[in-house]
Amino acid sequence: MHMLKIDNLHARVEGKEILKGLSLTVKPGEVHAIMGPNGAGKSTLGNVLAGRDGYEVTQGTVDFAGRDLLALEPEERAAVGVFLAFQYPVEIPGVNNTYFLRAALNAQRKFRGEDELDSMRFLKLVREKLKVMQISDELLHRAVNEGFSGGEKKRNEIFQMAVLEPKLAILDETDSGLDIDALKQVAEGVNALRSPDRSFVIVTHYQRLLDYIQPDYVHVLAGGRIVESGDKDLALKLEEQGYAWLAETHPELRKADLAGAPA
Amino acid sequence: MNESENMTREVAAPVRDNAEVEAALNRRYEAGFVTDIESTTLPPGLNEDTVRQLSAIKGEPEWMTEWRLAAYRHWLTMPEPDWAKLDIAPIDYQAVSYYSAPKAGPKSLDEVDPKLLETYEKLGVPLHERARLAGVAVDAVFDSVSVGTTFRKELAEAGVIFCSMSEAIRDHGDLVRQYLGSVVPAGDNYFAALNSAVFSDGSFVFIPKGVRCPMELSTYFRINAMNTGQFERTLIVAEDDAYVSYLEGCTAPMRDENQLHAAVVELVALERAQIKYSTVQNWYPGDENGVGGIYNFVTKRGDCRGADSKISWTQVETGSAITWKYPSCVLRGDRSVGEFYSVALTHHRQQADTGTKMIHIGKGTKSKIVSKGISAGRSSNSYRGLVKIEKGAEGARNYTQCDSLLIGKKCGAHTFPYMEVKNPSAIVEHEATTSKISDDQLFYCLSRGIGEEDAVSMIVDGFCKQVFRELPMEFAVEAKKLLEVSLEGAVG
Repeated sequence: MHMLKIDNLHARVEGKEILKGLSLTVKPGEVHAIMGPNGAGKSTLGNVLAGRDGYEVTQGTVDFAGRDLLALEPEERAAVGVFLAFQYPVEIPGVNNTYFLRAALNAQRKFRGEDELDSMRFLKLVREKLKVMQISDELLHRAVNEGFSGGEKKRNEIFQMAVLEPKLAILDETDSGLDIDALKQVAEGVNALRSPDRSFVIVTHYQRLLDYIQPDYVHVLAGGRIVESGDKDLALKLEEQGYAWLAETHPELRKADLAGAPA
Repeated sequence: MNESENMTREVAAPVRDNAEVEAALNRRYEAGFVTDIESTTLPPGLNEDTVRQLSAIKGEPEWMTEWRLAAYRHWLTMPEPDWAKLDIAPIDYQAVSYYSAPKAGPKSLDEVDPKLLETYEKLGVPLHERARLAGVAVDAVFDSVSVGTTFRKELAEAGVIFCSMSEAIRDHGDLVRQYLGSVVPAGDNYFAALNSAVFSDGSFVFIPKGVRCPMELSTYFRINAMNTGQFERTLIVAEDDAYVSYLEGCTAPMRDENQLHAAVVELVALERAQIKYSTVQNWYPGDENGVGGIYNFVTKRGDCRGADSKISWTQVETGSAITWKYPSCVLRGDRSVGEFYSVALTHHRQQADTGTKMIHIGKGTKSKIVSKGISAGRSSNSYRGLVKIEKGAEGARNYTQCDSLLIGKKCGAHTFPYMEVKNPSAIVEHEATTSKISDDQLFYCLSRGIGEEDAVSMIVDGFCKQVFRELPMEFAVEAKKLLEVSLEGAVG
């Protein structure tokens, strides 16, 4: 049984087709890394799955644990278990970080017909999840992402993930802009959240994140499609050789599709 | 800084299409019901006889009648102000009725028409027993007259006078005479002069020396009758070392005609006295096409007359078709402090031109201005503020922060900060931002499972936090709810 099955997905942004027949199947507990040159459609994939306005699906289907994911509103997708960790987490001035997270969790629980957590139960949960992803009390009580450093923002994303306990987590270039210590902390958080019934799609530009999060599969996204799949070795090959070699096996890819170089 | 350096900003935000949200946006004004009670109303029109008649109905002493007449004569010589960034249809002052009172003239709360009490109940005004529970003393002004003041006895024991202005003129004439017009003179401006001539009621608060008012005081204003203007006059005096926190709330029924509201509020703080004045203004704003709604022309000014005194204005303005209002502080006493915290929200075709004036006269005076403007629909929202440091205001300080939040792309936000600094030792700071509820912020909330309506109100609430913090607890909750209702579906 699959967790996520994307079949022949085509999507447009501002009239321009970015995804051109992307297919991907993710089973429960699997970690899939998606790499690819700049402009390949990596971030578009995350945004389409999370349901962002302005990302128009023109063809194809996305099945999420037996549901038509594309038919759901963004907040409903969150409630059924899809979580997108943002490349650039957004600041919401004046809105307390913990308050925000509790509102999010309770909105999801309400949608699923579960009872809402009062502040006592919620705080207990927060304390428990701080073991997975340590963030300071000060950050918990500051406004959402306001004045957070790059590393703090990314850790806050993983912390949210720990509290919201999604079935499918999509990490959109979570490693970008992180120094090695912050990268390790984020990776440890993700690893602690790995479980047989939780899947990850990790979108990344660099191989180095995969030194710390061991993926089951590595895919190359180029020209709006998955053009190559393999295991960890594929990521290493990409790091050594870049993407240009793909032109030999995939003559349909234009040079521009492969222009972005990895690290 | 001089006038030429004023700033105006207009920023366009992207549109979102959402029919559901659009529908919720047009949710009706919740306080828009009419109460069917018999009332005594003066026929429309204004001349010296109207002023005399009004004064006579109220049984006022001669000095009061003369004071009104002087104001009326002065008003006749004044032009209507047109400097605000407001587009106002001409007002026919002769078409307005200047007095309307429920017929069964109530003497005490027990005699108040039950229908009236019902009205207040609908509005959630904590009159009567509810007041006792809530611990808030309320003076309710319905159209032109004050219908009852709760907690009178408890307050009297503390030496506090809290009554309607009519009663104050009758029972505390000397005090009223001493202070009335001492902060906002009868001829101060066009609308203040009109108010001085025809004000019908309002609240009077007197906190004697050394008394800390034992409870929050509150007045609820409601315009009910058709074609009626409401001109209330409020006067609050805090003697040396006294403290009072006062809140006013306002509503009006939905009507197609514009209704006139021109109030004057005067605050006097003597040595070390503190007055905290909070407003939740929810006058009927007109419909989505700009038909109807209250014209709200208000002069509010506080005089920090004594050294080390403090006056703090907090306002949450969501209603009215037109808002013209600049609660100000005259910082006369040395080291006195003036504060202005404001949330002004405009939607549909509403127009607001609001802000404050901080006049630093005494040494070491301080002022703080935090203004949050929220514009949605096709509304226009302007902040206009003056910080004036007089020559003798050695070491004066001002901090001004003006933030505008835009929702949708057809609204406008403008900032007009004026500064006049005549003492070189003064420090005046001004910060301004204009932002919009971004698609990024909304999507971030949605992606975490928070629905769009909740996301918008959460973002707006966060934007207003600095001001809400200044409101008494229960009113902060009310203010938050009011913004939610006013903004429902504003992301359209």
